[in-house]
Amino acid sequence: METIQFLLDGFVVALQPMNLFLVIVGCAVGLFIGAMPGLGSVNGVAILLPVTFIVPPTSAIIFLAAIYYGAMYGGAISSIMLGIPGASTAVATTFDGRPLALKGMADKALVAAAVASFAGGTISILLFTAFAPPLAHVALAFGSAEEFALMMLAFGTFIGLGGDDIPKTLFSICIGLVMSAVGLDIMSGQPRLIFGDIPGFFHGINFLVLAIGIYGIGEILWTIESSQGEVSVSQAVVSVRRILDALKELLKSANTIVMGSFLGFFVGLLPAAGATPGSIMAYGFAKTMSKNPESYGKGNINGVVAPESANNAASTGSMLPMLTLGIPGSPTTAILLGGMVIWGLEPGPRLFVDQTEFVWGLIASLYMANFFSIVLNIAFIPIFVWVLKLSFTILAPIIFVLCVVGGYAPTQDMHDVWLMLLFGVVGYLMRKLDYPMAPMVLAIVLGPLAESSMRQSLLQSHGSVWVFFERPISGGIMVLALLLFLMPAIKVGKKLIVARRTGNAGK
Amino acid sequence: MRRAELLMAIAMAIFSAYLMWMSAKLPIGWVPGRGPGGGSFPFWLSFAMLICTVWIIVRWFRRTTPQSRSSEPFFDSRSLTLVLLVIGALVTMVGSIYFIGVYGALPLFFVFYMRFLGRHSWAKTMTLALAAPVITFFFFEILLHITLPKGATETLFYPLYDIFM
Repeated sequence: METIQFLLDGFVVALQPMNLFLVIVGCAVGLFIGAMPGLGSVNGVAILLPVTFIVPPTSAIIFLAAIYYGAMYGGAISSIMLGIPGASTAVATTFDGRPLALKGMADKALVAAAVASFAGGTISILLFTAFAPPLAHVALAFGSAEEFALMMLAFGTFIGLGGDDIPKTLFSICIGLVMSAVGLDIMSGQPRLIFGDIPGFFHGINFLVLAIGIYGIGEILWTIESSQGEVSVSQAVVSVRRILDALKELLKSANTIVMGSFLGFFVGLLPAAGATPGSIMAYGFAKTMSKNPESYGKGNINGVVAPESANNAASTGSMLPMLTLGIPGSPTTAILLGGMVIWGLEPGPRLFVDQTEFVWGLIASLYMANFFSIVLNIAFIPIFVWVLKLSFTILAPIIFVLCVVGGYAPTQDMHDVWLMLLFGVVGYLMRKLDYPMAPMVLAIVLGPLAESSMRQSLLQSHGSVWVFFERPISGGIMVLALLLFLMPAIKVGKKLIVARRTGNAGK
Repeated sequence: MRRAELLMAIAMAIFSAYLMWMSAKLPIGWVPGRGPGGGSFPFWLSFAMLICTVWIIVRWFRRTTPQSRSSEPFFDSRSLTLVLLVIGALVTMVGSIYFIGVYGALPLFFVFYMRFLGRHSWAKTMTLALAAPVITFFFFEILLHITLPKGATETLFYPLYDIFM
């Protein structure tokens, strides 16, 4: 009952004219960003975060969350119309969305994607509303040991479930953490890692500089290189009648949508997992559960609804640990979390006690963002199709300029702009060699907290690392994190054993 | 690709060692009464970075990763030219901000990018090249009160400050 009261208060906040306006603008911007090949929610949120300094924190996060949401809807548009995923979260949507478009059923696929996104969003927000307050309540008892354990879990997820090259993932985590340590040491006040007394490093490396560098500059360089050559845009015939027909047919896919929503939400909850693995897993799951799996990849509508419901559900799910525990559930929420620090809020369970307006305003705005996204999405399908034809040589300079000005704005230091360019170029080169970038961004956001929680815990325990294992919650999380870290080694071990057995059988 | 993989790993190994050396300027061990020293956190993480790069290099020799097996060039010549042009333009833009300010650098960047890389019409190019600084000015300087660097053009803005601030 208390929750409902809080939620109603949240709606009062979210329905204020300015916030309502920002939700609508945010959804529209998010839809565009999601629809542009190469740009996803994380790029939009990173590039536009400096712009939000103009409004109070509650309005700022409502705007950014709406972009996050809109981008999840928008990603499907270019997956279906171009066959190029509009965002990494929509990769799985191309598998069946593109074949449908080539068969002349693009409108059907687009409507299915929008409806599935809406259902995924709605189910996950309801779950979010139910789970968030109790989880935050439990988390209030967390000390520095639990905080550190949770962060280990987040990094463990990258190693165990990330699927990228292990040493490169580890390297990415470590370099992110080291970069977060640049500047003045909080405990002793001494400068460290200042690269030969360059004054710009004394205030540390702002996470935004890294995020804009990688997700702005680096991403565009990547897109410039990979999008050479012409792409063909499918035609979509849109009429009210065809939309209604498509809706009727979608009733058959209801099971898949519900499955995708739940799966997406729980995958999103995992620290660092996010919407991309969520949507791919949902696709795989729908295919294995299906009666005729061979129809997948050839234009099965279930292959569109499963990943689309899952990516929206996961984006909501990933906000749950961000708000309640202060641990982001995806790269995008990592940037939102960093934003909270800039806005002067302290992330973590105290938010639910001290900043009820902020928390519940955000939750209520998610309901609205979901609603406006589906309305804008279906109403503006023709406009999005036009946007897809927009030349990248117009979009790229606009984004570059936004990056440069946005990189300058938070600290008003040209040093940061140069650093951002450097991160962009080096990050782009590393990405070409399959170094994952998301762990680095997550690490620089979590770094300061990881260091202080580790040092505090060790100080209290007089240097014994068992402090992380003695308390039940922190111990449990630590064991889970270690298992994730060891997962690749376990897999290799299993393979060896199996290989030996079959080898013996062969003799 | 194979050579790039090795070069990147070596560069990062050297960088890790440099970070370790810098962290070691602060105490990296246990400081009695104050817990782990200020340099310990970055030092041991840089050490972990170094281990990772060694691991990557070992895998390069054993040809475990796809990159270390690939004989494709890291860049084909066409994309290399394009990417270098773009990076060059970016560096020139940021560098020129010191002299001609943001409002001089932005239009030039747009003209270069849209007209010479994108081959758009002059009309389109100029619309964006002129609109971008105006929008930037109103958004950042007037709404956000963030003064962007103007270099030599600073004096030209005095009348505008008088009107809007």
